[in-house]
Amino acid sequence: MALLEVRDLQVHFPIRGGLFSRQVGEVKAVDRVNLTIEAGQTYGLVGESGSGKTTTGRAIIGLNQITGGNVLFEGIDLASRGARKQNSVRREVQMIFQDPYSSLNPKKRVLDIISEPLRNFEKQSPQEEKRRVQELLEQVGLSPDNIYKYPHEFSGGQRQRIGIARAIALKPKLIIADEPVSALDVSVQAQVLNFLRDIQKELNLTYLFISHDLGIIRHMCDRIGIMYKGRHVEEGVPKDIFDNPQHIYTKRLIAAIPDIDPLQREERSNFRRSVSEDYEHAYRSYFDGDGLAYPLRSISDTHRVAMPEKG
Amino acid sequence: MTRIPFLKNPGVRVMNLSEDLLQIENLTTSFKIAGQYYAAVDDVTLTVKKNEILAIVGESGSGKSALAFSIMGLHTKARIEGKVNYKGQDIVQMSPGMLNKVRGKEMSMIFQDPLAALNPLMIIGSQIEEVLLLHDTTLSKKQRKEKVLDLLAKVGIPRPEHTYHQYPYELSGGMRQRVIIAIAIANGPQLLLADEPTTALDVTIQLQILELLRKLKNDMRAGIILITHDLGVVSEMADRVAVMYAGQIVEIADIYTLTSNPQHPYTRSLFNSIPTVKEVKSRLHVIQGIVPSLKNLPRTGCRFAARTPWIDASAHEDNPQLHEIAPGHFVRCTCYKHFHFPESAEEAGTDGIA
Repeated sequence: MALLEVRDLQVHFPIRGGLFSRQVGEVKAVDRVNLTIEAGQTYGLVGESGSGKTTTGRAIIGLNQITGGNVLFEGIDLASRGARKQNSVRREVQMIFQDPYSSLNPKKRVLDIISEPLRNFEKQSPQEEKRRVQELLEQVGLSPDNIYKYPHEFSGGQRQRIGIARAIALKPKLIIADEPVSALDVSVQAQVLNFLRDIQKELNLTYLFISHDLGIIRHMCDRIGIMYKGRHVEEGVPKDIFDNPQHIYTKRLIAAIPDIDPLQREERSNFRRSVSEDYEHAYRSYFDGDGLAYPLRSISDTHRVAMPEKG
Repeated sequence: MTRIPFLKNPGVRVMNLSEDLLQIENLTTSFKIAGQYYAAVDDVTLTVKKNEILAIVGESGSGKSALAFSIMGLHTKARIEGKVNYKGQDIVQMSPGMLNKVRGKEMSMIFQDPLAALNPLMIIGSQIEEVLLLHDTTLSKKQRKEKVLDLLAKVGIPRPEHTYHQYPYELSGGMRQRVIIAIAIANGPQLLLADEPTTALDVTIQLQILELLRKLKNDMRAGIILITHDLGVVSEMADRVAVMYAGQIVEIADIYTLTSNPQHPYTRSLFNSIPTVKEVKSRLHVIQGIVPSLKNLPRTGCRFAARTPWIDASAHEDNPQLHEIAPGHFVRCTCYKHFHFPESAEEAGTDGIA
């Protein structure tokens, strides 16, 4: 059984207006998304801003209300009422946030930040708690002497490590990492990415990795899903997505990645021109009347694309 | 301070002087911290030609933005030494009145955060008209509006007439950045400073903005200084690249040389630490430690030495200079000759954490 299975997930936000703020419409932020993650794997969710990738992650952990569909975590449906009340589920899914500057309470000491989940779920004496926090700090590569410091005393990379320490404090099984390195400098980014991989091996973690940086996604993920306007347009292993993209939107996204080799400039710009021509030409055959993606269809064992039925 | 002999200055010798747009000579910008001045930009010498994109690369804290703000004369409390010659006039010595005539007309800047750079209470149209009004009082109201609509169309805004009356919050990030660019190019500048123009944007929008910048360069033969930490953007755009670390330029070369044959340990480390789509690395290189803060910056010896502790101290120069190792290719310090990446075991133990 897969660790996490998301079936037909829908998250709609109401648009209110008019008299008495009646609901006048809704935004389908996530529109029937399906995904499956096996234990120990990393699933990458990619898309432009507004594609619904963050909302998907937040709905899985329960920060956004689910409108429809199922989120099965080890077979337990998190979308059903009461499921989240079972503490065992709550502690097993944790989140790493994008911005290490705003996701740590500036008025709290590191000790209090990291021990908050411990206080919620485990009855420990203050001494035990302190020992555990020191262990966690050591695990994320920070000195255990830091427990009485405040977040502002740390650099961006170190703060993100504190955020990670908080996320792994309860030994979760699934971590949702929402753009964990986009706010960091390149060198610090490398540090955090390496580290995320190390603890994945060490603690047998499963990641849902949300990012808009395709280089990072390729580096980190076992499976990749590309999202557009709340729907999947393509899903597959990195090889499928990067070497054999089928959907025009995926092609366009991959063509837009800056190339590290300046000798390829001419070639790249020709390639981009042909992709963007394709995009304009073939737009209608890849998207339905509302400009949304079709349901996914398998084209190989690992590779699924949102294409209309033939004929 | 040791002065580099003029003829040895990077860039100046190799190119035709008449084509030079901007010459920065021994520029040092210092900020006052607790009563003492500390240099954030330390003895930088650079040249920008017409119709050239010069990229400045480095981590945050390396002084790239401080350098750009010095060129634009935007620092209010800093102490600035050295020369910034723009068409024979020294910007550093210029009076505020003169500076205001040059800024926004001859040279202009694209700021990093488009939401912070726009006035939230003014419609887009008035914000662009403001720049036109300040530098050309002869235009009539109608002409100005026409010009604004023209500019909006030029930067690729689909419905200029509609956007003219919108407020910044009504636009997406990419659209806002286009408005910022429209303001920057309103008076046809010769020199454009772009400070991380695409950092906040999605890849597809980034590509559109970069293509727009390239087109503007070709149309107006302007010189562009592109400040970024994204090596992909640099490889796509730049003609020449200056790599900055801790306020100094550590390497400068044309883009082809820099990507195929980077020499300085910092440049090489940067290239090794980014995950790319093309090649899958099992482990990314981590540059140990952090960029030292302004106050704690070592002022003697090789500034990068602290982050490559496995390199023998004798490899560094006592007073690192820029050496021209090939025509137009300058590298600071001698440590590049002895640099190698550490064994993975060695690296893992000290994953960059103090």
